[in-house]
Amino acid sequence: MNFDFSPFHLSGVVYGTLMNDPEALADLGEQVNEAPYKAPPKAPVMYIKPRNTLAATGSALCLPAGHQSLEIGACLGLVIGRTACRVPVGQALDYIAGYTIVNDVSLPHDSYYRPSIRFKARDGFCPIGPRVIPASELNKPDELDVSVYIDDDLVQQSSTAGRVRSVAQLVADVTDFMTLQAGDILMLGAAARAPKAPAGSKVKIEIAGLGCLENTVVNEEELS
Amino acid sequence: MKTARVAFAGAIHTAFEDPKGLRLADGRIVSETEVVWLPPFETGTIIALGLNYAKHLKELSKELTITEKDEPLVFLKGPGAIIGHQGQTRRPKDVTFMHYECELAVVIGKTAKSVTAADAMEHVAGYTVCNDYAFRDYLENWYRPNLRVKNRDTATILGPWFVDAADVADPHNLSLSTYVNGERTQHGNTADFVNNIPELIEYLSEFMTLQAGDVILTGTPDGVVDVNVGDEVVCEIESIGRLSNTIVDDQVFGR
Repeated sequence: MNFDFSPFHLSGVVYGTLMNDPEALADLGEQVNEAPYKAPPKAPVMYIKPRNTLAATGSALCLPAGHQSLEIGACLGLVIGRTACRVPVGQALDYIAGYTIVNDVSLPHDSYYRPSIRFKARDGFCPIGPRVIPASELNKPDELDVSVYIDDDLVQQSSTAGRVRSVAQLVADVTDFMTLQAGDILMLGAAARAPKAPAGSKVKIEIAGLGCLENTVVNEEELS
Repeated sequence: MKTARVAFAGAIHTAFEDPKGLRLADGRIVSETEVVWLPPFETGTIIALGLNYAKHLKELSKELTITEKDEPLVFLKGPGAIIGHQGQTRRPKDVTFMHYECELAVVIGKTAKSVTAADAMEHVAGYTVCNDYAFRDYLENWYRPNLRVKNRDTATILGPWFVDAADVADPHNLSLSTYVNGERTQHGNTADFVNNIPELIEYLSEFMTLQAGDVILTGTPDGVVDVNVGDEVVCEIESIGRLSNTIVDDQVFGR
C-alpha cells in the first residue's frame, strides 16, 4: 500500500485495541471473571497488525477456504504526529496529527485469551484510508458516528463516544509503556458485536468527517 | 560473515570483527565499548514464539493446557521495544518478577509466501541473539501475552552480530546460555525446539507473507529467573554471539 497520505507519511506500524467498548465486555457477562480470563482487563487489550496486513481502500479481503465470513472491525485510527512517550491525558490530543478509518479484519474467533495471530495477521487484513484527515479539521474525535454497510445494508451503527478509554486516555495509557512514533496508527477499537461479511460482499465503513473505506470479500480460490 | 551496526563519531556504520576490536566499513578500528551498538539489521515484523522448547513446555503445560500438537504460540512485537547490545532495560519499581529470555533470532532474507518446510531455509538470511524480557506482574489473560508484558520500550535486545546463514552449519544444534552477573542461570540447545525453523516458516508463511527484515524469535528454554536493578545479563548462543544488557531503575528514566 501507499504510505503517503499527504501531508502525512505513515510508518506502517499499526496497533489495535480490543474491548474498548464497555458493551463488548458486558456481552461476555460473568465469563470475564471465569477461566481463562479470571478478571476484567486492566491495561488496554492490544495487538499488532503487521505490515503484510496493510491495504488500501478498494483492496480485496481474502476469505480463506473453510471459512464462511470475515469479521469487520470498524475502527477510528489515530495517526500519531510526533514521538509520544508518557503523554499526559490533558496533552494527548496534541500528539495526534490526524484521523483515518481502519478496517481491523479478523477471522471470527470466540476466545480472547490467546487467539492465534492467523485470525488477525493475514495478508491484507488491515485496510486503511481513504485519507488522513488533519486533527485540526476534526474537533471531537470522541463523538463520531461510525456506520458499517455490507452490500449497501446498514449492519452496524455505533459511535466513538462512551468508550472505556477515550482517544486521549488511550494515548496516555499506551504511551506509559510503549513509545509511539510519527506515522504510527493506534486504533480506538471497534464497537461491540462486529458484523460479519460473507464472500462476494462489499464492505463499507463510514466515519463522520473521514469518508468511506470500501473493500470486497473474495474467496481465496478466486484470488489465486 | 558477521556484521554489526554501530553509532560512532557522528554516524551510523557497518562494523566487522577485528582482532583489535571493531573495524568500521571505512577502515577505522575502534573498541567495542566506545561505540553505541544498534540492532544489527533494520527490523520488519517481529514475530515471537512462546513455549517452543520441549522442557520449558513440559514445565508449564499443566498451567497452560498446551501440548506439542497444538498450533505454535505466536505473538507480534512493535519496533519501539527493540534496542541494541550493551543497552539499558528499565525495571519499573512496581515489578516483582521480570525475567530475560535468551532466544535465537532468525532473520528472513527474501519474501516467503506459502513456502513449504522443505524450501524454507532458502528464505533465511541469517541469525542474531535476542533477549526478550517479560514482566510477569503485568500478565493479564486477554490477548496473551499482552503488550504491557511483552512489548515494553527497551525490553527486547537484538545483537550484537548479524551472522550470515551460510556460516551457521546447523541452527538446530546451538547451545544457548544466559548469565546474570557472570553466573549461568539458563542453559539449553536449539535441538529442543518444539517447532523447528522450517516448520515455523511454513506455518507463518501460509497466512502472512514474510519479507526481508522480518525476524522470528524462536522462544526460550527453561531457567528464567528474576533480574534486578544493576544486574548485567548476558545471553550467549554458540557461533552467533554474546549479547549483554544492564537492568536500570525508573530514576534513570526520570520517573
